[in-house]
Amino acid sequence: MNPLRVFIADDEAPARERLRELLTDIAAELPTEVAGEAQNGLETVERLPASGAHVLLLDIQMPGMGGLEVARHLAGLPTAPAVVFVTAHDRHAVEAFELNALDYLMKPVRTERLAAALRKAAAAGPPPKEQLAHAARQPREYLSVVERNRIVLVPVREIVFLRAELKYVTLRTRSAEHLIEEPLVGLEAEFAEQFVRVHRNCLVARAAGSDEEPHWNVVLDGVAERLPVSRRQWAVVRVLVKDA
Amino acid sequence: MGHTRKRGALLKHRSMPMSIKQNFTADAVPDFRNLGVMARVLLAVNAFAFAAALTAEPNWSAVLDRFLRAAAMVEPMLLAAMVALYVLSPALARLAYWQGCAAVLAIALAVSGAVHAAVAPPDNGLAALARTLGLTAIAVVSLLAYLRLLTRAYSPALSEARLQALQSRIRPHFLFNSLNAVLSLMRRDPRRAERALEDLADLFRVLMQDNRSFVRLADEIALLERYAAIEQLRLGERLEITWELDTAPQDALLPPMVLQPLLENAVYHGVEPGTGAGRVVVHIERRGARVLVRIENPYFEEHARRAGNRMAQANIRERLQLFFDAEARLATRVAAGRYVVELEMPYRPAKA
Repeated sequence: MNPLRVFIADDEAPARERLRELLTDIAAELPTEVAGEAQNGLETVERLPASGAHVLLLDIQMPGMGGLEVARHLAGLPTAPAVVFVTAHDRHAVEAFELNALDYLMKPVRTERLAAALRKAAAAGPPPKEQLAHAARQPREYLSVVERNRIVLVPVREIVFLRAELKYVTLRTRSAEHLIEEPLVGLEAEFAEQFVRVHRNCLVARAAGSDEEPHWNVVLDGVAERLPVSRRQWAVVRVLVKDA
Repeated sequence: MGHTRKRGALLKHRSMPMSIKQNFTADAVPDFRNLGVMARVLLAVNAFAFAAALTAEPNWSAVLDRFLRAAAMVEPMLLAAMVALYVLSPALARLAYWQGCAAVLAIALAVSGAVHAAVAPPDNGLAALARTLGLTAIAVVSLLAYLRLLTRAYSPALSEARLQALQSRIRPHFLFNSLNAVLSLMRRDPRRAERALEDLADLFRVLMQDNRSFVRLADEIALLERYAAIEQLRLGERLEITWELDTAPQDALLPPMVLQPLLENAVYHGVEPGTGAGRVVVHIERRGARVLVRIENPYFEEHARRAGNRMAQANIRERLQLFFDAEARLATRVAAGRYVVELEMPYRPAKA
């Protein structure tokens, strides 16, 4: 049997060390090998895709990007890993996080539980995106685009607009354009604080509105395109432009 | 970490029977050097004079006029009496409660008599002097009764209950992460694991004990260092603590577990959210009759917005108030990307 490839993500070095030790301890009943390690959220998103990991042991509280958001970006990979969350929070907090539906372990981790969780996660495969989104509760700080086997992160605060086109949503920053596969409705709900709908197919960053030409097109700072504003949405947009 | 303090000195002093009740015991002569007591006396006497004027005169201008005339007499008496009480306060504190009250009354009567003789027009006879002394006696007795009620309201049962409730709590994630770090050391470095468990034990001993007595600053600093040693184990090079304790008054008394939660906050909000190294500064010094503490850490605006939890600070503020009344101050500010907490309290040396 091929060993299970496990990736370890935790910001505390002793915690990673402990997990490596435990993996060695359970080697007889569940052969594993460490596919890679990362010490913060961004590093995990960067390193995991090329590691060929089957399962990710993922600390929830990490600097840079929390574990839940990390898992949401990884879920877009064609070969997304199974995820076992690891947390130092108590059961009460786990319930508050609504992690119940996902696989999780509490620190300090026990060998038996580790073996059982790895086996279960490996059999179940990657966690469903909806469950992750439900557990996350907070809007993401990044949107991600999968390019070949790499994840490109775009900070939400750099996005100027999001426009639905056929199957995709175009995501535009001042310097680049990407296509993402997410429904605009979901994005609108998640980022209601940062974006406003100016048209049936378009969300614009509230912070990016320019008041130079407050007519039937939205002119956006630093972007050449002008976006049409529908009659129905004009009242909303006009208030925003006046406020700016 | 740049410290080489003796380990093991922590718990010896901790049992010192230095009761916090010195501010709050029901039957103790009020501390006339306490800002809160002074403010209350000033306010009450003036309110008393104003009320007297209010009942004696029919309209507002007459009331004001009478109050101002009374004030010309009352204020010199009040100030002179308060200076006398301030000077004699340590001596008064050594007397039994009733003797102390009698002494306070005698001082107030002597002072107001003297001021009356100096200020009042000479043609006023003995009747006026008797009136002044009578009013002084009423004011003194009612104030002493009021201050006694006030201390009773805070203690002993009520303030003890509140202190229990206010005892600071270590975040559970700190405990479990620390245990996890110790577990990782067990095989590789058993001696270090032992040391870490000893540190944890000391920390929790203090947390769980009855935190109602003042502690010496030296003990509180030892506790900070134990806590820091555990965090260091967990966070490694990410945590960089600069200790500025050269002029810290080791014998100063302060409420227990006031500094540790501030350092814990600094690590939790200032170091853990960062991917790189974070520097925390712990600065303690004595400046005249005050003890100043400054703890600073890197400021993460995004994290602060999301976490938004200042429970520990509210808790400490309330505890400081219970121990020091209006004489302690806790202030926070953000300056040049650093979050700074400043704590100021009166310097009260432990009696050797």
